[in-house]
Amino acid sequence: MRYLPKSPADRQAMLTAMGARSIDDLFAPIPAEYRLQRDLKVPRQMAESEIVDWFRQRSQENGIEYTSFLGAGAYLHYRPVIIDALISRGEFLTAYTPYQAEVAQGTLQAIFEFQTMICELTGMEVANASMYDGSTGAAEAAMMAVRLTGRNSVVVARSLHPEYREVLTTYATHQGMPVSSLGYSQSGRVDLKELESAITDQTACVLIQSPNFFGTIEDVAAIAEIAHKRGALLVVSIAEAVSLGIVEPPREADIVAMEAQSFGVPLGFGGPYCGVIATREKFVRQMPGRLAGQTVDRDGKRGFVLTLATREQHIRREKATSNICTNQALVALMVNIFMTVYGKVGLRELAKQNLAKAAYAADQFGKHAKVLFAGTPRFNEFVVQTSEDPRVINGRLLGHKIVGGLPLAKFFPELGNAALWCCTEMTTRTAIDTAVGVLAESEADEPSGDRAVEEVAR
Amino acid sequence: MSSKTPKATRHTSQNEGLIFEKSSAGKAAWKLPPLDVPEVDTGKLLGKSERKDLGHMPEVSEIEIIRHFTRLSTWNYAIDLGMYPLGSCTMKYNPRVNEVVSRLEGLANGHPYQPEKISQGALHILKTLSECLLDITGMDAITLQPAAGAHGELTGLLMVRAYHESKGNARKKILIPDSAHGTNPATAAMVGYSVENLKSNERGMVEVSALEAQMKEDVAALMLTNPNTLGVFEQEIHKIADILHAKGGLLYMDGANMNALVGKVRPGDFGVDVMHLNLHKTFSTPHGGGGPGSGPVAVKQMLEPFLPKPVVITKADGTLALEYDRPHSVGRVRAYYGNFGMFIRALAYIMANGPDGLRQTTEDAVLNANYIRKGLEGTYDLPYLTPSMHEVVFSDKLQAKRGVKTMDLAKRLIDYGFHPYTTAFPLIVPGALMIEPTESEGRDEMDLFIDAMKSIAKEVEEDPQMVLAAPHTTRVSRLDETAAARKPVLRWKPEQA
Repeated sequence: MRYLPKSPADRQAMLTAMGARSIDDLFAPIPAEYRLQRDLKVPRQMAESEIVDWFRQRSQENGIEYTSFLGAGAYLHYRPVIIDALISRGEFLTAYTPYQAEVAQGTLQAIFEFQTMICELTGMEVANASMYDGSTGAAEAAMMAVRLTGRNSVVVARSLHPEYREVLTTYATHQGMPVSSLGYSQSGRVDLKELESAITDQTACVLIQSPNFFGTIEDVAAIAEIAHKRGALLVVSIAEAVSLGIVEPPREADIVAMEAQSFGVPLGFGGPYCGVIATREKFVRQMPGRLAGQTVDRDGKRGFVLTLATREQHIRREKATSNICTNQALVALMVNIFMTVYGKVGLRELAKQNLAKAAYAADQFGKHAKVLFAGTPRFNEFVVQTSEDPRVINGRLLGHKIVGGLPLAKFFPELGNAALWCCTEMTTRTAIDTAVGVLAESEADEPSGDRAVEEVAR
Repeated sequence: MSSKTPKATRHTSQNEGLIFEKSSAGKAAWKLPPLDVPEVDTGKLLGKSERKDLGHMPEVSEIEIIRHFTRLSTWNYAIDLGMYPLGSCTMKYNPRVNEVVSRLEGLANGHPYQPEKISQGALHILKTLSECLLDITGMDAITLQPAAGAHGELTGLLMVRAYHESKGNARKKILIPDSAHGTNPATAAMVGYSVENLKSNERGMVEVSALEAQMKEDVAALMLTNPNTLGVFEQEIHKIADILHAKGGLLYMDGANMNALVGKVRPGDFGVDVMHLNLHKTFSTPHGGGGPGSGPVAVKQMLEPFLPKPVVITKADGTLALEYDRPHSVGRVRAYYGNFGMFIRALAYIMANGPDGLRQTTEDAVLNANYIRKGLEGTYDLPYLTPSMHEVVFSDKLQAKRGVKTMDLAKRLIDYGFHPYTTAFPLIVPGALMIEPTESEGRDEMDLFIDAMKSIAKEVEEDPQMVLAAPHTTRVSRLDETAAARKPVLRWKPEQA
């Protein structure tokens, strides 16, 4: 077995040294009746070349050579090559959580820089070392608001990513944390009138997303004002991090829970991604997750450590702010490198390209179908309503090696034949024009009501 | 003492400031292609939502970024440099082929919402890994959705709760041994259960009579780590399971220490009803400085209806699909399907090993831990004489007499070229030295480790002050953690002009 550094003679010598006859002696504590007497039913030992072949086949069955217009919380942006070059260094890849600070200064300083950049981008004062992802980060942020306010319920916008809402519901179920939902108006943003009446004196926070699931940018200031007036906190989820390059961050929020996947993290069929929570300094002791802080060593030299551990499960056990233990360190490092590469100017230019592509695409689609919430500022996603079921249109697009927008019927049946389209800097004009062309043909045809809907998109 | 080359000597360690301190206007490491659609008027499109300034984000060139992170990396210890004997963390070799296959284009660029028709490769991976993990654990059904071990615990207990609710009573308590990891009680609290501690006996195991007394109808489950955090196999596991089951309770197993069992014994065979695995421990996915992890949860058949959704199914035509229509599901615990990239790596690891390799791996892990135990017995206090599996827990009792505690010993170990072991855990051993070598260490590295630990014990006798001041060879000496917590500095700020 090629990963095991012992020869049979080594094993025998070690057994002899400890006075054991055979390896079975060491497994004697396991009652004999439970010991497995057969081989595991897993694939036989494979050569490295066979493993690569097997996964290459899986890769080929997984939509290579398709151009995609999918976003919805997972975005295809260009990943500078130095990201993988740097995170592949064994000292980053194969290190543990930096509890032993003297031999983990590399990871710790990187986290400190990550926290700093997340603060700069979100307009918050402190940020943690990362959370599992945007969905769990949003749920943890809501729980944090409950601890901060002593109130127990959460008002959550329907324009928050539907899967984030589902995760929140799962987390809230057994914590005595009622979750109520808040609709959107004709503008595709939180309905401010409904918000006024939705907040009660038990509302810990209002949880929204901006840009929201439809791609429209919320009026964060107005929402914050209403929430704060009633003593509730505002939690803002950001699913498309690149938006921060050109969209004003939610400075009026109390907690920002973002998904940083857009910053250099592969789509990877949904994970691993990189959640992160940022907040105001005064709330830091109720923030979940690891934190790196600056300190000095015995000679007064600057160094970094994990800090404020008294919030965490290994110290506080059942009284901890969360049961979270790991973070997404290596993914956070990808994010960190991405932010460093693009920096102050590049992020804005990158975001501007996204904005331009989506604006162009929305204009083109708008000539043949209805683009919903058209008057509202948006970033790189928009909703297109067609007369035909978007799943049928998508079936046709697949023939052109194009994956169309995400049909919304499952999440928002009231929007009818609507789909959420996304354009990033990776989307070419040619692809946009081709997709618009196919959609235009569909829309020009008489819609055939009884045409079988092929399950091509979820 | 061995005549082998010592593991560590000093080498140049370059200084490197914060990236912000290298930034100056006009430097750039990026270049975008020309825009192929019309330029837009950002002010017109975004109005007051337009952002004008990105604050103190850095401006640096590519070579500076490469040097910055490369220099930082050299300040880290890593498995690639040597033994990382952190108990309960299973710091094993992270195979490089795992990294290669997880970056194959169709897998790395697969969108979670792309049509099932063109997601068959990814679904195939989910299904194959699930099948492997089910046979390894001896369980009936599995979810790969949880993002980490603690997240798996949460998922498992949510299912426990849903199961009891389906019987008409959610019950109130979770029993947790005093040797357990801190995530166990923290998780129980998140699922609305209160925690009742279960004292370990003098052998470091669950005291069956105490369990019998504490096991009431209001107990939903016992959360047990097996082997436990002392590295001890709960030999009366079948009795433990029977006691729980007789009163309608469930046995939850924290799979943190599964590296002691794979291919040798299956939790499903000894009465476990629900358990999580840590792919970043047992199945070789890299720790990456603290994550990402992945915490699949495997269950017995009666818990299957409660699995998070979606689950992978095979359709009549043989193709794979995701099933969302799961009325009894506990819901979602994470967006999409979990840390897919980790599934690829774990499966590649299983394939590289095969059934024989997995069994040999477990045997070597147990062999290594026992070799260290034998090598250090007498030099360090062994609070529990019960046989060890994959890890061994000593205490600093002998050294504490000279004022040297486990953390001091650990810091001195750094000077010998090793990462410290786990200190001060489990809580039932005052001054614990928790050592898990894993299978990835050969005899030479093990001998060097034993020599280092013996040499440190000698130093404690001869010059305790020197040990107390360790480490001596790192770029920073011991850091002031108290100051860091008292007045937290959690981000860089520009110096006031």
